[in-house]
Amino acid sequence: MNARATVLPVLTVLGMILALWYAAAVWMNATWVFDQAERAGATVTWAEVIPQTMSQDRPLLPPPHQVAAELWQGLFGQAITSKRSLVYHAYVTFKGTMMGFGLGIAFGVLLAMAIIRFRVMDMSVMPWAIISQTIPIVALAPMIITLSSQLGLQGRDLPKAIIAAYLSFFPVLVSMVKGLRSPDQMQLDLLRTYGAGEAATFLKLRLPASMPYFFASLKVAVAASLVGTIVGELPTGAIEGLGARMLIGSQFGEPLIMWASLFAAAILAGLLILVVGFLERAARKRMGVPA
Amino acid sequence: MTALWLAVGVWLAAWALNVWLAGSRVSTTGLGRALVPLIFGATVLVLWEGLVRGLGVSPVILPAPSVIAAKIAVELPVLWQDFAQTILKGAIPGFLIGAGAAFLVAIAIDRSPFLQRGLLPIGNFVAALPIVGLAPILVMWFGFDWQSKAAVVVVMVFFPMLVNIVAGLQASERMQRDLMATWGASYGQSLLKLRLPAAMPFIFNGLKIASTLALIGAIVAEFFGSPIYGMGFRISTEVGRLGLDMVWATIAVAALAGSVFYGLITLIERWVTFWHPSQRH
Repeated sequence: MNARATVLPVLTVLGMILALWYAAAVWMNATWVFDQAERAGATVTWAEVIPQTMSQDRPLLPPPHQVAAELWQGLFGQAITSKRSLVYHAYVTFKGTMMGFGLGIAFGVLLAMAIIRFRVMDMSVMPWAIISQTIPIVALAPMIITLSSQLGLQGRDLPKAIIAAYLSFFPVLVSMVKGLRSPDQMQLDLLRTYGAGEAATFLKLRLPASMPYFFASLKVAVAASLVGTIVGELPTGAIEGLGARMLIGSQFGEPLIMWASLFAAAILAGLLILVVGFLERAARKRMGVPA
Repeated sequence: MTALWLAVGVWLAAWALNVWLAGSRVSTTGLGRALVPLIFGATVLVLWEGLVRGLGVSPVILPAPSVIAAKIAVELPVLWQDFAQTILKGAIPGFLIGAGAAFLVAIAIDRSPFLQRGLLPIGNFVAALPIVGLAPILVMWFGFDWQSKAAVVVVMVFFPMLVNIVAGLQASERMQRDLMATWGASYGQSLLKLRLPAAMPFIFNGLKIASTLALIGAIVAEFFGSPIYGMGFRISTEVGRLGLDMVWATIAVAALAGSVFYGLITLIERWVTFWHPSQRH
């Protein structure tokens, strides 16, 4: 399937989604218009209602163009260092995501190495690593944040990063365990005939063999890390970051702020996945794997 | 301090036991495979207890497991009420509706490769987005009670399920489909007898991902407004009052619910997809 064959279908589906969205916006926002008219003692026809559903200050469901305008205003309407700028908040979230991503990768890779090397680690830790992912981590988020402030850690960067790392280490761990085990017996035997020690086998065979698995897991891990960071910003009265903007929009009844930060988060997620996908392709090319 | 050294001693002894077990012949039996992680989990609890007692850690920072267990025993009715509100009313209906809707949509677009090509990239992309962010909006629409929680879960579950089901329906091989055609099987017959069964491993993979998402969605949605019970409500209010033993008790319930939910799906999967290579032992 080449790229051109997917462009038209994707655009069609996007168009359908937009149309549905507009229809839903008219339907949901119309109630408010009718209420206003009733209070004023006037009757309105549908021809008058529809334009009014498109430009309310606090619509139940803002139509796409209002969200786009708010997003544009948030991204480019002021200096990017301003507290009103979505770029600034996206940067805060991005920072947390990257810290959690880094921590998660380091933890996942180290744990995978230990699990490959020691059978007892494999048997005792691996089942708990799987169970750890069935626990809704967000349940821990408020506590991790209070805890770290009681332990005297200033700022919320670290607790956010811990939550993000908790969500992102697992895909890396699973893929690395698979990847480090991927060399077959023949290859391992060959290394033994060369008289290679354990360290040399690891560095020259297992590690290179695991790289495709590693990069494949990064895409999942970076998306999980972003979700973790946003969740870490949500329940705690944070004031910076996209999650905090959503919370503020929710508390002050400003749906446009909520929708704009939601889409800013979506754009950030798209960019992160794009960059990681690019890294993956570059790595595959470098390792000589046919793309 | 003695409690701490005792706990460290128990830890080392249990670790040595595990090393021995992993190296011995017991480790290849089912008993050994269950025993080693259980011993490891138990020693973590012992070490935790020893750390808290030995170092005199304030219960405001980290309560000991025994304190949490006592709290669970005392507060059982409250925990059950929270569980019923969040899991039984929020997560499970949302999970069923979301998965069911994804299934219907996947079947509906099954005959249109055009729509599939359009929907798959979008679904894949949306599945990677922080959908949790929709929670405040849905709470605004559906009110504070369980309906809004179920709605959040529906949206979170829908796209990962859709992507997996559509991919699963394409999983049967050309040869197998041709064979169905030579038997004169209708679209419905080949869907029911070949393509749906072939899709089951993918569907269960999606259900497993969705089960974790469902719990996350139901709990996070409660941070944005809820009645005065529910697991997310309990956690956020008790953290505010520094009642960390209750927070941990709720987390224990959440962990148990998550594991049981996941375990149930795995059991059903084993029963439905017994033919798949990954299920052969």
